[in-house]
Amino acid sequence: MDLNYSAADEQFRDEVSGFIASALPAEIRQRAAAGNHSQIRADILRWQNILYQKGWAAPAWPVEFGGTGWSKVQQFIFETECALADAPPQLAFSIKMIGPVLIRYGTPAQQQQFLPGILSGQDWWCQGYSEPGSGSDLASLKMQAVREGNEYVLNGQKIWNTLGQFADWIFCLVRTDSSGKPQRGISFILIDMKSPGITVRPTRLLDGSDEVNEIWFDDVRVPAANLIGEENNGWTYAKFLLGHERTNIAGIGSSKRALRRLKQAAGDLHKAGRPLIEDRQFGLKLAQLEIELLALEITNMRVIVADAEKRTPGPEASILKIRGTEIAQRISELRLEAYGISALACAAESALAGLSDADAVVGAQSRAGADYLNLRKLSIFGGSNEIQRNIIAQMILGL
Amino acid sequence: MDFSYSDEQQMLFDTTRRFIEERCGFEARQKIRRSADGHSLAAWKELADLGLLALNVPESDGGMDGGAIENMLVGQAMGAGLMVEPWLSSAVMATQAIASMASAAQRAEWLPALAAGDLIAVLAHTESHQGDDASSIETTAIADGEHWCISGRKAVVYHAPLAGLILVSARVPAESAEAIALFAVPAGAQGLTLHAYATVDSQRAADLRLDNVQVPAAARIGGDVRLPLQAALDFGLAMLCADAFGALDRVLTATIEYSRSRVQFGVPIGSFQALQHRMADMLIHLEQARSMAYLAASIALDPDAERRGTTLSAAKALIGQAARFVGQQAVQLHGGMGMTDEMPVSHHFRRLLAFELRMGDSDQHLEHYRQQLRAN
Repeated sequence: MDLNYSAADEQFRDEVSGFIASALPAEIRQRAAAGNHSQIRADILRWQNILYQKGWAAPAWPVEFGGTGWSKVQQFIFETECALADAPPQLAFSIKMIGPVLIRYGTPAQQQQFLPGILSGQDWWCQGYSEPGSGSDLASLKMQAVREGNEYVLNGQKIWNTLGQFADWIFCLVRTDSSGKPQRGISFILIDMKSPGITVRPTRLLDGSDEVNEIWFDDVRVPAANLIGEENNGWTYAKFLLGHERTNIAGIGSSKRALRRLKQAAGDLHKAGRPLIEDRQFGLKLAQLEIELLALEITNMRVIVADAEKRTPGPEASILKIRGTEIAQRISELRLEAYGISALACAAESALAGLSDADAVVGAQSRAGADYLNLRKLSIFGGSNEIQRNIIAQMILGL
Repeated sequence: MDFSYSDEQQMLFDTTRRFIEERCGFEARQKIRRSADGHSLAAWKELADLGLLALNVPESDGGMDGGAIENMLVGQAMGAGLMVEPWLSSAVMATQAIASMASAAQRAEWLPALAAGDLIAVLAHTESHQGDDASSIETTAIADGEHWCISGRKAVVYHAPLAGLILVSARVPAESAEAIALFAVPAGAQGLTLHAYATVDSQRAADLRLDNVQVPAAARIGGDVRLPLQAALDFGLAMLCADAFGALDRVLTATIEYSRSRVQFGVPIGSFQALQHRMADMLIHLEQARSMAYLAASIALDPDAERRGTTLSAAKALIGQAARFVGQQAVQLHGGMGMTDEMPVSHHFRRLLAFELRMGDSDQHLEHYRQQLRAN
């Protein structure tokens, strides 16, 4: 047993952080650090292209498909260093979701058509899973795909589609058979977002953001060649994809960055004439969080090392998802407490009220309020934390 | 980054666990805790035969020179098996203290006897509930010709009633205001009074009172021992964390098994989602505690005292919190049976309670960790 990174891994970390420091454009870093999403598509795709030029476009993919050949530990180091350096996260829908599905289940023609654009940062992908009646019970989804000659005709609605307003492509779960078990009649299909009949409408959220959308499909015609694998076998591919989505589910890097930022703020902010970080009550909460994050990082490494031999992560990822999101939410709560009443000034609400230059009206404390509100999503999406507890009970505890 | 054990380490764990199950199982323990001695000399000798009492004796002194991971694995098995023998007190903490501080003559006198199970020693340091900081004591030793004269009190010294040798820490104001010295005081020394009792987790302990206890100059171990004493206490704390993790692990397994077999409303209670989610949360606490037990063992011998102390405080605080949650929920999910003395779960619950309060409670360690927080 050795909890230290190997010398080779430490060297790798230096190489990664050195590259990011030299290659990440300052304006992208500043926007990511400030939580400014105004250029999110351009920033993410430009950073993806920079990684592509370096050969680091898709760390987890097999080398023959453009991957890096890095170990799981190295992949973890890479993601952590990117987060700590305020690099925008790679687009998970492209790199972590549809990419691995195409590699595992796509035809050579599909791979040739789609993988280059994912790697280079040319294409933006989004995910069409949830529907108004199908959230945690995803297999009950109803969006219809009917085969007509060499095409499928799609009708239905998807919701909670993240950043789809920027998307070139969407991968959807659709119903191709209603006769048997719900899981049996689902298919997995790729849709060009420019297809006639698609309507995207942003859903305004409680923090004023519009990062999720409703998407309507009205007689949208899609080539049958865009079907992944076999018709009615989409649930298998969806489960495979969800396994990949959860490899970095603990969010260690981004929580470390958020905690570091919180400590910096607590050094600058004052309470009763002293730096907030010296306040005993606040400091104890901070200490508690830092300790839990330290433990979770080790737990995460244990899962990574144990999973290294397997293709997909096991149910232990549910532990990481629950504790990781709880910690991230807790950091946002403490940040709110740090700024106190001044966190109530809200840029999004000010903009809605027609105040000009709303961002300038309020400062960093505005993001504290917005982040706290926004991060409630963490325990809801990607399989709610209650669903994760079901998974733990059934798959790990055998109940 | 490697979380596996060597074959030797795995064998050590398996051997210890099997020994406890076969020779010191729950029924045997029920007898031992009712006995006058409070431990089994036969079991203690068998632990010596297995080499477990020589684990912290250096090879040059004829011992096994086991590492922190080996100690962690044995500690984990001890906690899981509710062991009441003074392995942690004598074979870990006192032996480690002697091995790291004592002179050649002292080592030759004590280490072989400790390794053979002929001598039980304990480290008597803590004086109040204020925690285990090496500098927080008031017991004082004054040089008197060829002797040292020691006066003071020590609180809740685990296994002191079993010990032939008590290692007493004391201030030596004649040398400096900060210096701490360590003295070997034989059981039965004149002026040494033990107020002995059994603890909530069925182990024997005592409050010590020293009224002008005289020991020869040769009984002093080392010089100013602040650093090595803290190191020995820290090492013991890491292994106490391993003990607690072992108990946590066992208690969750027992709770899951119970919830599968206990039928109410015609179904196993483990099929109820409210209880499933509770057990999922217990597992999360357990896995976080496991990570911190590993971290504690990994840092236990780190020469950087500040880093070691801070990290161990993180481990003690988090495992203490896990002990509270998992222990309470284990009793709750066992229902009335969890309240009974006949169920091992109630004993694990008591061992976890003792863990929480021993060697600085969760709040004290959280406060210690807080004090090193910096803004950057």
